[in-house]
Amino acid sequence: MFVAGLVCMATKRNALGVLMGIELVLNGANLNFVAFGSGFLVRNPAYQLGLDGQIISLFVIVLAAAEAAVALAIVLNFYNNHSTVDVDRADELKG
Amino acid sequence: MGAAGRGAGYVATGAILGGFVLSLAAMICWIDAYGMTAGHHSDTADGRHAVVVPGESLETTVASETVASETVASETVASETVASETVKTHLVSSVPSVRPVAAAADGEHAKPHDVGHDAHSQDAHAATTKVAYFDDWYTLVGLDNLKITIGYYIDALTVVMFCMVTLIATCIHFYAMGYMHEELEDVTDHEVTLSNGEHLHRKGRYYRFFQYLSLFCFSMLGIVIAGNIAMTFIFWELVGICSYFLIGFYIERKSASTAANKAFIVNRVGDVGMIIGLMALWGSLGTFSFGGEKNGAGEIVKPGLFEQVRPVEEGYQLKTPEGMEKRAKVMGAEDPAYTGHLLLVVAGLGIFCGCVGKSAQFPLHVWLPDAMEGPTPVSALVHSATMVAAGVFLVGRFYPMFTPEVLLIIAIIGCITLFMAATIAITATDIKRVLAYSTLSQLGYMMFALGVGGWVAGMLHLITHAFFKSLLFMCSGSVIHAVHTNEMPQMGGLRRKMPITAYTMLIGCLAIIGAGVPTVVGLSGYYSKDAILAQALHFGKNNAAWNAMFYVAAGGAAITAFYMFRLWFMTFIGSPREQHRYEHAHESPRVMWMPLAVLAFFAIFIAMPADIENFTNPAASPLVQMLEQGRPDGTGVDFSGQLAAVMMPNEHGSHDEEIHLTAGMIAFGTAMSGLLLACCIYWWRLIDPAEVRSMFAPIYRFLLNKWWFDELYDKIFIRPTLWFGRCVAGFDRRCIDWFIDNLAIATRWFTSGFDRWIDQTFVDGLANWIARKTYAVGLWLRKVQTGRLRQYLVFILVGTVAMYLLATIGLTK
Repeated sequence: MFVAGLVCMATKRNALGVLMGIELVLNGANLNFVAFGSGFLVRNPAYQLGLDGQIISLFVIVLAAAEAAVALAIVLNFYNNHSTVDVDRADELKG
Repeated sequence: MGAAGRGAGYVATGAILGGFVLSLAAMICWIDAYGMTAGHHSDTADGRHAVVVPGESLETTVASETVASETVASETVASETVASETVKTHLVSSVPSVRPVAAAADGEHAKPHDVGHDAHSQDAHAATTKVAYFDDWYTLVGLDNLKITIGYYIDALTVVMFCMVTLIATCIHFYAMGYMHEELEDVTDHEVTLSNGEHLHRKGRYYRFFQYLSLFCFSMLGIVIAGNIAMTFIFWELVGICSYFLIGFYIERKSASTAANKAFIVNRVGDVGMIIGLMALWGSLGTFSFGGEKNGAGEIVKPGLFEQVRPVEEGYQLKTPEGMEKRAKVMGAEDPAYTGHLLLVVAGLGIFCGCVGKSAQFPLHVWLPDAMEGPTPVSALVHSATMVAAGVFLVGRFYPMFTPEVLLIIAIIGCITLFMAATIAITATDIKRVLAYSTLSQLGYMMFALGVGGWVAGMLHLITHAFFKSLLFMCSGSVIHAVHTNEMPQMGGLRRKMPITAYTMLIGCLAIIGAGVPTVVGLSGYYSKDAILAQALHFGKNNAAWNAMFYVAAGGAAITAFYMFRLWFMTFIGSPREQHRYEHAHESPRVMWMPLAVLAFFAIFIAMPADIENFTNPAASPLVQMLEQGRPDGTGVDFSGQLAAVMMPNEHGSHDEEIHLTAGMIAFGTAMSGLLLACCIYWWRLIDPAEVRSMFAPIYRFLLNKWWFDELYDKIFIRPTLWFGRCVAGFDRRCIDWFIDNLAIATRWFTSGFDRWIDQTFVDGLANWIARKTYAVGLWLRKVQTGRLRQYLVFILVGTVAMYLLATIGLTK
């Protein structure tokens, strides 16, 4: 899921598509955290991971939400200036 | 300046007065120790003829003398043998610092042998030595083969000279305190005109005058006491520089400063010869000392010059020293004895050359008349009594070293000088110039006397001349002070206004012409001139080729009388020629005429015999006897030259009745004839000088122009030197400066162009290259900024993954 999100981020022309990719990445990481925080792994002494997966997931969800808000604000501003959300059009900082 | 300046005068006069007192004390000690009799004869036998041949020893001559003396009535063979044995023992014994009179030899002679001509022909006593103290005070250079020291050589001559110099210097210091009084305040010098037409106004220089006078006295006394010829040379130069300062005392006057230059330069020309003589002496004999060098214990370790040239073994006769023969061998001469003798002649001539410069003999006489630019006390002290006497003194001191050839040359030069100067003095109108030429002439007499073998005569004339010449100069200074002019045609009849000056000057004039009653009594100059002419006649009789010199000297005496009385008559007799000056004339203050009186007293009595019994015998005077004590060893006999056919006769032979009488009569006759002529022309006015002048016009012009010596030297020496100087200056300006300037221009051109290219290519190029490269790198790096967002995303992702991978791999490692 993480990798899918990466690919989506890298290849989408639409800015919103890139944002969706970011969501995918974050959620994939979230899933990973939850999986490693499962009861099976914690109780078995052979796997010394000790991750409090659930707590971190909560953090990540909050962060994702905040970040999505900000990102949307940026995209909105971008659309106000350039009348498009095509990321290829954001090349004004070209050297 | 006022009182502060006066202090200088008091200090200087006090110092020289102290010096005189000390000299007098020394003389009293000397007389106390050695008496006033001429205590020795340093000849082996009278009338014996000593030829300068190396190798002749005393033994053979003593043996022959022993045979000869058997015929003499008053001596016995036994006493003679004893005497000769005493001589030998004297030679063998060690030589202490004071060489005493061989008492035993003297004791053999019952009768005194100092006074009386008859004693000479019968005495045949052994060689005794004169008394001399010598040692070194301070060593300036003390190497193995070169020793220059400050030392002393004191004999009777030194004592007499010291007394004379200090006495005259004291009189002159007192006189100068009066004469130089105008230098105490600011001075307006009327002989100097500045560029704006005004006369110079300057501060007084009273104290400086006395500084120079004191320095001069110090230097002169240094020459007199000198124990070695190098020290003499040091003080010689010191005296020369003092003379330069004193002549050029009024430095702002061009005439005075030029005269000072002339004096010093001409002196230096003489000194070149002196240095050559010094080199010849040191190179061959290895020492400068007169008496000998001593070690700490007071023993003589190295024989002095006198000992080497006149050894004891030869009876103090002149013999070419071994050192000179060795040097001749080293120089590669075929005949070392002959070349060695030549070396001795060269040494003697060299030292005499220095004396020619210092004592203003022909041809280096040109500086003395111009030296009258200095103030009169300077002329009186320096240029009549002391400095110019230094040359004569050195000839007298160095006398044992002179071979007869050198002495002949000295006599010739003296003869030329005395005649030439006397003739020029006839026409001179400046009172000080007449006296200057008179000094030249008398110096010529002294040199002439020394050259014909009259050591005592020359030294006697030196001393008497010092007294009457300084007297004459001071009187003339007194006159100049009163009438403010030097020119005699503007004087006249001053006898009534300045009686003391007039009559002391009369005494001086009488002394210089040698006035006196022949064979009875006379003033001091009478005795000395008498002695000179007697010795000259004696010399002429023995050397027929040079007989003419006696007649020249006698003629010179006539001319001397003429011009001296011309001077006296023109100044003091007759009616005044310039009424204005005559009215302002007045007698000098006491501080100025008292020294005149003192010197006049000495001018009369200094050479007079003191013994009533022997009053008519000139050899009986105390001064003559003291000088006889100072006579150098070995000069009491005749001696001949090797190279030239000349024989220096024994001075005692001149006391012979016949010679002495003839010379005395001729001297008296010439002096009186000159005096008579002067009276005819200037007193009784029988002959008009203007007529004489027009009759002998070419001669008159020749004499008035001083034999055209100044012009001659100008053409021969001065113009070529100045031309050469101009050539060198031109070379300097055109060649050297041209080269330097063009080198500078080339360098500037080269560096400006080259410099710019280097600057542009390298320095600026480097900076520009760095800038360009930086820009290029910047451009290249700019390419990273593509502006494509998705590309940026990919970079971020790939970078993150890479870092993660690196971290994990790094950690596991």
